[in-house]
Amino acid sequence: MKARDARLRLAQNTGPLLALGVFVAMFGLFLYEHPRQISVNVLTTASNKAVVLALVAMAQTVPVLTRGLDLSVGSVMTMATCISSVLVNGSPGHIAFGVVVVLLAGLAAGAVNGAIVVIGRIQPIIATLATGAVYFGIALLLRPSPGGDVSEGLSNALTYATFGIPTTFLLLVGVLVFLWLPFRRSIVGRGCYAAGSAEGAAYMSGVAVGRSKIVAYMFAGLLSALAGLLLSLVALSGEASAPQGGAYTLNSIAAVVVGGSSLFGGSGGMVGSVIGAFVLRTIGDLLFVFDAPPLWQPLFEGVILLGAVSLGASRVLRIKNRLELFT
Amino acid sequence: MIAIKSIDKPILIASGFIVVVLAIGSTINTSFISPTYLLQQLQVAAFLGIIASGMMLVILLGQIDLSLPWTVTTGAMMATAVARLGPWGEALAIPAGMLCGLAIGIVNGFGYAWLRIPSMIFTLGTNAVLQGLMVLYTGGFAPQTQATPLMQFIAVQKSVLGVPNALYIWIVVTVVLALMLRTTPFGRYVFAIGNRESAAYLSGVRTRSVIVGCFAVNGVTAALGGVMLTGYSTKAYQGMGDAYLLPAIAAIVLGGTSILGGKGQYIGTVIGVILIVLLQSMLSVMQMPEAGRQIIYGVVIVVMLLVYGRGAKVHS
Repeated sequence: MKARDARLRLAQNTGPLLALGVFVAMFGLFLYEHPRQISVNVLTTASNKAVVLALVAMAQTVPVLTRGLDLSVGSVMTMATCISSVLVNGSPGHIAFGVVVVLLAGLAAGAVNGAIVVIGRIQPIIATLATGAVYFGIALLLRPSPGGDVSEGLSNALTYATFGIPTTFLLLVGVLVFLWLPFRRSIVGRGCYAAGSAEGAAYMSGVAVGRSKIVAYMFAGLLSALAGLLLSLVALSGEASAPQGGAYTLNSIAAVVVGGSSLFGGSGGMVGSVIGAFVLRTIGDLLFVFDAPPLWQPLFEGVILLGAVSLGASRVLRIKNRLELFT
Repeated sequence: MIAIKSIDKPILIASGFIVVVLAIGSTINTSFISPTYLLQQLQVAAFLGIIASGMMLVILLGQIDLSLPWTVTTGAMMATAVARLGPWGEALAIPAGMLCGLAIGIVNGFGYAWLRIPSMIFTLGTNAVLQGLMVLYTGGFAPQTQATPLMQFIAVQKSVLGVPNALYIWIVVTVVLALMLRTTPFGRYVFAIGNRESAAYLSGVRTRSVIVGCFAVNGVTAALGGVMLTGYSTKAYQGMGDAYLLPAIAAIVLGGTSILGGKGQYIGTVIGVILIVLLQSMLSVMQMPEAGRQIIYGVVIVVMLLVYGRGAKVHS
């Protein structure tokens, strides 16, 4: 019985495990080729760069599990960065207040998304496309030109290392352990998986499908805001940049797919998405240490991205019946 | 008759919104509804309209093409590159750009139809690859990418009746695609696949070829849009297509096409494009700052969809 259990778990987690293997290989190569001695600093820089995308990818994961999509994660992140550049400074009390406001704003944005999708019954992809424009407009309103002031004390506390481990990485693990794992085991969390794999069946079985979906989008808003907060702490300023937000949104979808979650909902999880984000971020680092010509870098990155998402998402390799291809 | 009515409803409401936008615009500035200004708006709408036309086929399949921005840019840059090869190159520039779009579309279609990678994911990847290729080609800086006189002719100049040529091209594209969707078997297959591909496949439709065809048309129209934009702004540049992906999707959906595929009328997309362009121009006439424009833009889309774009309740 135990052995069968283990095999089932293994089969359920092939995607994340495969991504983990790829990441370990890539990161090992990166450390091996790195010109400087491997130090906490190297790891901290790598972690700071990857954690923002990892958080946005985690945000994207929950709506994707419900067979939805959140195209506003990048905008919510940008909005959070801009709020943070206005509020997160000054006395400790002021900073704490600012952090709370940033996170609440993310939560509220997610709640609006969820309400429009569930109560308004508008397709998530187009609903979040529209709300994304609104959130980006709010970001522009708060910060028409790049700049602002973000607490250096908080930045120093979060972007260096604690006990030899990058603090941002600890934060990531904290979110996974204290938010994601309890959520996945909760009734609402299971409802997200159920709604994603068969919404009608879930509804008929008494799952609160609507509530699960709204919470999924709220989760996405909260984590996007956290990502934006970290981004403002790394950059020490805020900028309402549309290309940056758009790039994060698209990369979050790619990371979710590379991490083994299905875009058709119902299977996958945040751990895979984190690994997926790390894989995507390591591509650029690898090209850097291997001295790829700068002009070729975008092309290499594009080709590797295409290959990675194709492998992560290709159904041709998994189907048993030809007709399954078409559904 | 009931079925036709339910499809027409979004188009009627969207047309109503156009009238509202025109009315609000005319209270701010009376020249907003002058024929000259409206023709100018239609000329601007032609670029978005042509780019959205092919995208609509892809959305009717229930798919999406996120590589649109760099397909537009690649088509434009390759056309200007060919134009530098001499008089023959200049003559063949526009077909060459469209050929590039065709090739991109076929690759995208192949990725979905044969490899069965969700189109959203595959085109996300091809977009990145195209961007890489164009950065490599331009060497990171802008090379000679001047528009040819012909490109400027089709994009800016007016010929018959003082109507911009861009508008004529949009009309031609519209008529061809609308007829194709309504009267040809290919058009029927597009709707059939959008509703249920396995059923279409079992009925003997060569669904893969139809899918590749739709993506190919999308590539061609995107590249054509890029070439015309080049003529409009006198040169091709990186990122010229970035501003067209989201408005194109929004216009198609506002025109009553279901983002899940299988449902929609071509004329709806035309209305949607005009609505989006007029809305943007009204906000700029109001001298609304960019932040306010984004917010109103988003709110209007949500409100309109709440009026007529709601899905069915899932009960079983």
